[in-house]
Amino acid sequence: MARLAQLELGEDELDAFTSQLAAVLDHAADLEALNVDDIEPSTHPFPLKNVLRIDDPGEGFNIEEVLEGAPKVEERQFRVPPILGDAS
Amino acid sequence: MKAIEIAEKVSSGEISARSVVEQHIEIINDIEPDVNAFNLVTAEKALIDADEIDSKIASGETLGPLAGVPISVKDNLCTRGVETTCSSKILEGWKPPYDATVIEKLKEAGAIIIGKTNLDEFAMGSSTENSAFGPTRNPHNLERVPGGSSGGSAAAVAAGFSPLALGSDTGGSIRQPAALCGVVGVKPTYGRVSRYGLVAFASSLDQVGPFANTVSDAALALEVISGHDPRDSTSIPEKPLDISGVLDDGVRGMRIGVIEELSGKGLGGISQDVLSRVEEAIKVLSNAGADVESASVPASVYGLSAYYVIAPAEASSNLARYDGIRFGPRTEAATTAETMTATRTKGFGDEVKRRIMLGTYALSAGYYDAYYGKSQRVRTLIMNDFAKAYEKFDILISPTAPTTAFPLGDKTADPMQMYLQDVCTIPSNLAGHPAMSVPFGSGADGMPVGIQILAPAMAEREMFQAAKILESESGNGIE
Repeated sequence: MARLAQLELGEDELDAFTSQLAAVLDHAADLEALNVDDIEPSTHPFPLKNVLRIDDPGEGFNIEEVLEGAPKVEERQFRVPPILGDAS
Repeated sequence: MKAIEIAEKVSSGEISARSVVEQHIEIINDIEPDVNAFNLVTAEKALIDADEIDSKIASGETLGPLAGVPISVKDNLCTRGVETTCSSKILEGWKPPYDATVIEKLKEAGAIIIGKTNLDEFAMGSSTENSAFGPTRNPHNLERVPGGSSGGSAAAVAAGFSPLALGSDTGGSIRQPAALCGVVGVKPTYGRVSRYGLVAFASSLDQVGPFANTVSDAALALEVISGHDPRDSTSIPEKPLDISGVLDDGVRGMRIGVIEELSGKGLGGISQDVLSRVEEAIKVLSNAGADVESASVPASVYGLSAYYVIAPAEASSNLARYDGIRFGPRTEAATTAETMTATRTKGFGDEVKRRIMLGTYALSAGYYDAYYGKSQRVRTLIMNDFAKAYEKFDILISPTAPTTAFPLGDKTADPMQMYLQDVCTIPSNLAGHPAMSVPFGSGADGMPVGIQILAPAMAEREMFQAAKILESESGNGIE
């Protein structure tokens, strides 16, 4: 799970988290007894619908301000370490 | 001084906005070192804003309904050019390039932002102890927690740092700290207040709302921040609320149900102190002419279980964006993938990691139906049970929190015990309904108790009318 979530855990952390998460899932087990097969699932409090607007370009974010919040920037772009292969 | 009085006196020129801000900064300087309600106090900027308000008054301009009123805002609301951290190391130092819609609305109304308040990291927690920048303490007793996750905002109002504050409520994060700190806290109908610029935790549950010392101040703040926002696709296309006009209409003839499952007859763990206050609240509402009876929302007892699947599932998706590429600090590693993992491992605290993993698990192939699918169906069940209850009742009441404020460190080792704090507040988030907490007396330990008032979607006005009655009989709301 940690790998899927892009997290790295030490042995101690793994033990602690495993028992804590088991306790939460145990609590959720009270749902098992409920028969809700005939009930529709709700993803949201109210029905969602697509909201469309006239394609009228407005003012966007100031690019300099956005880049100021980034950890590494080069030529007005986000700079990242190598994506493919080993680092060199 | 109440927010309403400050705005009146500043608008009429009786007092200056600068003097108001200076008074509040003085209180902050005195008490904040003990309370730690703020991640950042923006005193200098607040004084500049105050001078601007004063010069507008001098030149005869008409100002908004919150003219010169200091307000504290939870540090998960984006403020342009002002650090917004969510009390997480992963956003330390980040300055958003835009203001949240609620921040824009506050500024238009003449409010003055005095600081960014502490929270459980990414709003995940019920005690504000999960902050990467240290816990906030309850102003009524510094050994106790203020509740959470909007503990900094609740404490700021309770300590007199500002008459108003904004928080966010995903499972009770406004109402529970309001109850524990003895202030008014409101979670509006989902979609009533724009979420644009609120850092997302669980998007189908999150809602922004106000804290105040009085019900009328809370109503005014909610009026200001409510209304349709085209930048939030879930925003309800309605005009801003008008509550003040009906606030004193009382509860005569109103049908009020006491949720029996949340008031001692279903769930255990609700303290006798809290149940006694609920009994008194019933008497007060009855004496004011309401028709108060026992109500049943059977599926509400399953709210907690469903919530701790749904909220982490949404969070695991929302928090995927924190990877050290576009914002916040980065922990550099050989490749981009390793950099992302290293940044997240170092940047997130334990509770956030727990919830991300829980959500990842609940959404994974093989477990999706058993956990996430089932929880979504239970969510419908809770909505159906509320709908049935509201055929008979106009509003419902219950305790806000099962206990008064507990000591720091009391529940940090056992996440499940902490989660139980939200047992009475979660059902309203799952249903998208409005609910608020009103301070109503105290427990044997002298700590405040809150009564929760729940209403159907869009029925904030009735909810506030009942809150006003409870306030008038509780000895609160005077300062």
